[in-house]
Amino acid sequence: MELALTNLETFATTLLELARQDSDLLVITSDSRGSAKLASFAKAAPGQIVEVGIAEQNLVGVAAGLAAAGKKVFAVSPACFLTARSLEQIKNDLCYSDRPVKAVGISAGVSYGALGTTHHSLHDYAVLRAIHNIVIVAPADNFETREAVRAAALLSKPVYLRFGKKRMPHLPRVDSEFELGRAALIREGTDLSFLACGETVAPAYEAAELLAKEGINCRVLSVHTVKPLDEKAVLNAATETGGVITVEEHSVNGGLGEACAGLLLQAGVHTRFKIAGFPDDHTVSGSQEEIFRHYGLDGAGLALAGRNLLAKR
Amino acid sequence: MLTERDLELKSVRYRKALLRLIKASGSGHTGGDLSCLDIVNVLYNRILRVNPETFKSPDHDYYIQSKGHCAEALFVVLADRGFFPEKDLETLNRYGSHYIGHPTRDVNGVEQNTGALGHGLAVAAGIALAGKMDRKDYRVYTLLGDGELAEGSNWEAAMMAAHYRLDNLVAIVDRNGLQITGSTEDVCQLSPVDEKFEAFGFAVQRCNGNDVGELVRAFEAVPFRPGKPSLVLAKTRKGKGVSFMENVAKWHHGVPSDDELSRAMAELEAAEAVLA
Repeated sequence: MELALTNLETFATTLLELARQDSDLLVITSDSRGSAKLASFAKAAPGQIVEVGIAEQNLVGVAAGLAAAGKKVFAVSPACFLTARSLEQIKNDLCYSDRPVKAVGISAGVSYGALGTTHHSLHDYAVLRAIHNIVIVAPADNFETREAVRAAALLSKPVYLRFGKKRMPHLPRVDSEFELGRAALIREGTDLSFLACGETVAPAYEAAELLAKEGINCRVLSVHTVKPLDEKAVLNAATETGGVITVEEHSVNGGLGEACAGLLLQAGVHTRFKIAGFPDDHTVSGSQEEIFRHYGLDGAGLALAGRNLLAKR
Repeated sequence: MLTERDLELKSVRYRKALLRLIKASGSGHTGGDLSCLDIVNVLYNRILRVNPETFKSPDHDYYIQSKGHCAEALFVVLADRGFFPEKDLETLNRYGSHYIGHPTRDVNGVEQNTGALGHGLAVAAGIALAGKMDRKDYRVYTLLGDGELAEGSNWEAAMMAAHYRLDNLVAIVDRNGLQITGSTEDVCQLSPVDEKFEAFGFAVQRCNGNDVGELVRAFEAVPFRPGKPSLVLAKTRKGKGVSFMENVAKWHHGVPSDDELSRAMAELEAAEAVLA
């Protein structure tokens, strides 16, 4: 598929559009404006960007204060630091205190590739899922990014937006409407479902296309909102297709896959089921693409997972 | 306007109410409550431009109690100022009550949920920054414990507050010198607090944090230097006002026995009689 912009670039341009319409919108960064593609924003709206330096705890605390005074704040920092170092600020200053700051985790998952585990965020869905009062969103492509940023800006509660830094294709979609909390149908199919989020939706779609050549028709859903989960879409996928593979650029512990598994088990729905993600192990080194391939999260790897799952009785 | 004597009398009465509250609820950070009570008293009765009517407006003065564990002191003062009926505090720590051991926004008058240490200064700095951006004239006050200053997040916020020249921000350190384990200097040397904050870009003034007159004069002098955030280094005594609780680390958290409560009340009533 032809590649468009990175989701981060789309985030930055969308944010600038919103900032031009609302002088109370602020973006706050921790020496991360360059990584976040916000240099143009800083030039175009210098009065609407706040820099706190490399101090992620302070980033979120100050964001909470700005929000307390009526500002609409997007707090931007690499996902690895934002959701670990400032987790207590997210939990207490935003979620518990009900400050509707948008915490934006950039270069998420293994986007930083060979920079290693310090720079990877494979824990963020898990830790944030366990915190009350935050919406978790991982858009799949530029379209979902634009829509998610707009929707988050209007939502009067904390939101975690998660972006990678890879150029993404424009994914085809059956339903062109975007709604937070409602999974987007990317491809229809009845043999198997891929329930993916963020930058893994594209390889899931690629896997579906590969399997289609073998006569296996797969449903692909972009579960862009990891929390609250679109329970109906997950239940439908499990009951209307021959199996479910969840796909995420995250640990297999505590993320989208376990959210779906918990839902299905408690609903009494039993189906062939696999969580594709990162095993509980030290992550292999390499580029994001190489790491995806290593863990079977590329198109070919996911297609293989699909075949294997369907081979189970 | 309340005179200093009026404020002193309020402090004594707040201490009585505080001890009764802690006794009834079965829990409380008694020592720290007593050390910071004069500060909270002076702020709400003399300094802060906020009352139950203006609390929801965007332009009032803000108070963030970073040392959230001393919620009882704040609750006693907020009740007296009419933010909620004093009777509500009978539910403190009870099942289903929103009056719990730390301040939450479910309590009218509380700006921010606190309890984990090292959070208040950053939040206060954010509110102060918004005030500067919008050219508002409100001030933001935040009360920090001294033991709390070991949290590195305070210093991130201090550096940033000075960088943005937030002279509408007033941090107060309740310098009682004790934390749960013992002396702040023995646990992990904290002194010199004033020089540390000065090095981070604050203008610092020291005062006796259990002397309402000194507190009034310090708060009336802020900003101590235009373009700099202010730090009131308030030297206090943990357990202030009750002789057997003063400067005793074990009263960091503790509920007086019936006998201890009687003795404490007798001391406070004697002090009240002198002032009334």
